[in-house]
Amino acid sequence: MNYNWDWGILFRDPYAGWILEGLWWTIVISLLAWVIAFTLGSILGVFRTTSSPILRAIGTCYVELFRNIPILVQLFLWYFVFPEILPDDWGRWVKRDMPAPAMTTAIVALGLYTASRVCEQVRSGIEAVGVGQRQAGRAIGMTEPQVYRHILLPNAYRIIIPPLTSEFLTIFKQSSLALTIGVVELTAMTRQIEEYTFQGFEAFTAATIVYSLVTFTVMFLMRFVDKRTALPGTFASGGA
Amino acid sequence: MIEMMAVNKWYGKDFQVLKDCSLKVAKGEVIVVCGPSGSGKSTLIKTVNGLEPINSGDIVVDGVSITAKSTNLDKMRSRIGMVFQNFELFPHMNVTDNIEIGQIKVLGRSDEEASEKAAALLKRVDLSEHALKFPSQLSGGQQQRVAIARGLAMEPMAMLFDEPTSALDPEMINEVLDVMVSLAGEGMTMMVVTHEMGFARKVADRVVFMDYGEIVEDAKSDDFFGSPRSARAQDFLSKILNH
Ligand SMILES: Nc1ncnc2c1ncn2[C@@H]1O[C@H](COP(=O)(O)OP(=O)(O)OP(=O)(O)O)[C@@H](O)[C@H]1O
Ligand SMILES: [Mg+2]
Repeated sequence: MNYNWDWGILFRDPYAGWILEGLWWTIVISLLAWVIAFTLGSILGVFRTTSSPILRAIGTCYVELFRNIPILVQLFLWYFVFPEILPDDWGRWVKRDMPAPAMTTAIVALGLYTASRVCEQVRSGIEAVGVGQRQAGRAIGMTEPQVYRHILLPNAYRIIIPPLTSEFLTIFKQSSLALTIGVVELTAMTRQIEEYTFQGFEAFTAATIVYSLVTFTVMFLMRFVDKRTALPGTFASGGA
Repeated sequence: MIEMMAVNKWYGKDFQVLKDCSLKVAKGEVIVVCGPSGSGKSTLIKTVNGLEPINSGDIVVDGVSITAKSTNLDKMRSRIGMVFQNFELFPHMNVTDNIEIGQIKVLGRSDEEASEKAAALLKRVDLSEHALKFPSQLSGGQQQRVAIARGLAMEPMAMLFDEPTSALDPEMINEVLDVMVSLAGEGMTMMVVTHEMGFARKVADRVVFMDYGEIVEDAKSDDFFGSPRSARAQDFLSKILNH
């Protein structure tokens, strides 16, 4: 094989800038999708464990729907199919006129999908805290929302820090799927470098290293958070 | 103070956990509930403050029916203290916060009022030096005394105890029973599920014996221990007293 290695390409203009820009968009997509996933997932996780059969049913339906359709299919559905079933004006807005249509769609699709996974983590955390704690809260006269706010959720989140970290890292990696609808994030930028320079090995090695660095940084930070939030006399539940 | 009238409760369709249970607890009375495992004692005591809903019958506490639509169950619960077998202290709060949270969030007391009350109660259960520890740093007996203090902080009109000593190592049982005995001495209305027959003899006004979801016997404690009427109670007593 006659391959001309040129690691210097990675540090040359404009390719170094492309990698950084790609990383920036990858982080933006991941963080915004995570905000949606965490917020909605928490609400749905609470729904699934409340005493209200209606709320429980809503939570269950959401999870069954979103968790069982592959994320790539969901992304295509939101991007190609969803605007078509909207009234014309709205469809045009979603496809073209809203700010950064592809990126926004990717963020929403990833967020809604991951919300179903966060929901299940939150539910299992609340269940792990236990019926006894719920009853103890109710027994001193707390309302159901108060029991969630002051007792169940603070304990549940402590328990699920490691699985939630993995869910975030999964979003981070899955954000590369956004390139399929034309979002120029890290992986797309890497491919672009390959197309311009034919130095694919260097470019993808660089991307791999960048993804790994972010992953390790997040894991390290969350391990620290896990330790800091551990209760006295107990052990943090360990790495992600 | 507490009156249960023909209470029935099912778990699912087929399993009737409480059968026509009727019971009266007068103000200042101490009632001990005993019976074999699975007979429905925990369920019975949890129906009193509505933690377990009932299917028919009624329960009236201090003149208020728990089944009436107009009853604010949260408010009612705040006036009935409950102590659980597994303590159920809030693990993410220190001892003082455990005793303050209900006062602040439910009763709307100020922080100063709540902490004054917490300090006084901790002194009473002899745990003042542990005020800032977390539940996991305390022994079982200490945790259960905090749980009692948490209930008392709400200034309840009655206290419910569900096997408060059965998760404890033997050497810790008495420190908890002592607190309960002194409460009874002060005239607290108490309903206690326990197999501590020494406690029942000493402080219970009446003993209620349950089996298969029924109240089989409801007798003055002297009568119950002297000559239980039912064969099932006799059998239960001989088992529990001989070991
Ligand atoms: N949530 C539930 N769903 C279905 N069955 C239940 C539930 N809770 C309790 N039971 C059943 O109801 C019966 C009575 O339970 P309960 O806990 O009231 O008994 P208990 O007398 O307190 O027993 P123990 O001495 O073991 O604490 C048991 O057979 C138990 O298995
Ligand atoms: Mg029980």
